[in-house]
Amino acid sequence: MIRYETVTKIFGSGQEAVAAVDDVTFDIEKGDVVAFLGPSGCGKTTLLRLTNRLIPLTRGRIIINDRDIMSVDAVKLRQSMGYAIQAIGLFPNKTIYQNIATVPNLLGWEEERIEKRVNELLIMLQLDPDVFKDRYPVELSGGQQQRVGVARCLAADPEIVLMDEPFGAIDPINREEIQNEFLRIQGNLKKTIAFVTHDIHEAIKVGDKIAIFQGGKLIQYDTPEIILTRPKNKYIADFVGADRALKVLGLLRTKDAMNTKPRNIIQSSTDARKVLEFMTDHGFKHCIVMEGDKPLGYVTPKSLKHKNGLVRDVTEPHPKLIRKYDTLRDVMSSMLMHDEYVLCVVGDTGDFIGTITMNDIQRSILNVYTEEEQ
Amino acid sequence: MHVIEYITTHKELCWRLTLEHIWIVALALFLSIIIGVPIGIAITRNEQTAKKVINTANILMTIPSIALFGILLPILSLINQGLGKVPAVIALVLYSQLPIIRNTYTAITNVPPELVEAGRGLGMNNWKRLKEIEIPLAVPVIIAGLRTAAVMSIGIAAIAAYIGAGGLGVLIQQGIARVYEEMIIAGALFVSLLAIFVDGGFALLERLLTPKGIRIGRELSR
Repeated sequence: MIRYETVTKIFGSGQEAVAAVDDVTFDIEKGDVVAFLGPSGCGKTTLLRLTNRLIPLTRGRIIINDRDIMSVDAVKLRQSMGYAIQAIGLFPNKTIYQNIATVPNLLGWEEERIEKRVNELLIMLQLDPDVFKDRYPVELSGGQQQRVGVARCLAADPEIVLMDEPFGAIDPINREEIQNEFLRIQGNLKKTIAFVTHDIHEAIKVGDKIAIFQGGKLIQYDTPEIILTRPKNKYIADFVGADRALKVLGLLRTKDAMNTKPRNIIQSSTDARKVLEFMTDHGFKHCIVMEGDKPLGYVTPKSLKHKNGLVRDVTEPHPKLIRKYDTLRDVMSSMLMHDEYVLCVVGDTGDFIGTITMNDIQRSILNVYTEEEQ
Repeated sequence: MHVIEYITTHKELCWRLTLEHIWIVALALFLSIIIGVPIGIAITRNEQTAKKVINTANILMTIPSIALFGILLPILSLINQGLGKVPAVIALVLYSQLPIIRNTYTAITNVPPELVEAGRGLGMNNWKRLKEIEIPLAVPVIIAGLRTAAVMSIGIAAIAAYIGAGGLGVLIQQGIARVYEEMIIAGALFVSLLAIFVDGGFALLERLLTPKGIRIGRELSR
């Protein structure tokens, strides 16, 4: 875990001295993802770079796993922590394999171990090793380079990872995807991550806790829920935005609100009339049609009226399939866009794992705010 | 053509002088590299020093070659080397410093800062970074500097004939003294061909030593 004790960094001297980081004290627990959030110049990036001694401290201490960072050799310290930056910074004269192998090489791993690890990481980040290993960064798209950057910082399997707007250089579409992947990977690896961002949505989605900075000072350090429902001052409330309730939707995930055992499902090979009977009996206004383990689409009593033959032929495909890590905000957005208020949730392989409805979403928000009042 | 006649009848002379010329230039280039490249790397640490060093090299280069030979003559006469190959090589080394030092310095300082930051952040010390990233990326520009220095040296070495250094300049010098047109042209022709050939050679070397990742990048952006 990382402990910051009255950490201060002053640039310049005398009249022009500026405290980029001003008396910051807080802890990052092991296994947490902490987002350093704030506007440009608030000190979040400086704090990150103080953590791996890219910049020297002016005052205070940073203690990592019970050892003061000043008591360890700076180069060795950095080798023990992952570091990913916004500009990515893949070495253009080295192949993807060599880039990812950077820290393992510095640490003197054997070639076999390195090869195994590089393959493992490429697969984890959904890049085919045979295709990408020997390519050069210039041949990859921005999104792909980003993933290699993440692989590179995870290569030596560091317990602690420092990231400076790592997804900043990607277009919004790819960014969402890579945030989801990041969550998935972190779900498995449980690393301790300090993550600089200026995007509150990203902080809410990705962070277990958020540290909000302004003018070098730490203003609030809490979970996303608390920051959204109990912002400490007007500055934070404004930073968070007037659409707080919608933002709360941004931190609730499908997996927490969905129905994993819906009863309104039938197989596509069923007779349409039987399905209509089934729906009227149970009072279902909406029924999911399954093709084996995968959702094919849906039917309503109206679409089944007077229809014969297999229900497969009258099934309307779902406009969008939801993943369990999707935020409720994104789900509601899809519902509004497509005018469909019951959507299917699928797993990584496309298998059906449940449904999510507008009612489910409303219930979730009410839960959060009732808890707050209590 | 009378020039071709001249060349064919004086084959050994032309060949000997060409080799002599190449020898002077190659020795000078070799010395320039082992002096200039390390200096270029060293001054990347301090911008102020870099400015001063590059300015000095710049001033050296503005001295006309004949004048520089003239200046070196009394100085080197003290060790009995006022004439001949020694002042020639020294002058060439001095002239070559600017392109070599400046290109080396520029090449290394132009390495994108995010690469330096990523390298540092991942735990590379200064040497590792220089060796694995900064220098390989700087090599193409450094070779371009060597190319400039080489071609320039071939030209200046022709003038060194006037202080007894030998080389292809002898053909030009003697040709002028004897008013022997074919000799002058032969000399000029050989110097030019040598310069073109060496320029092409360095261009090829530049291509070969450009890291593959950069070469591919250039091809893709075409």
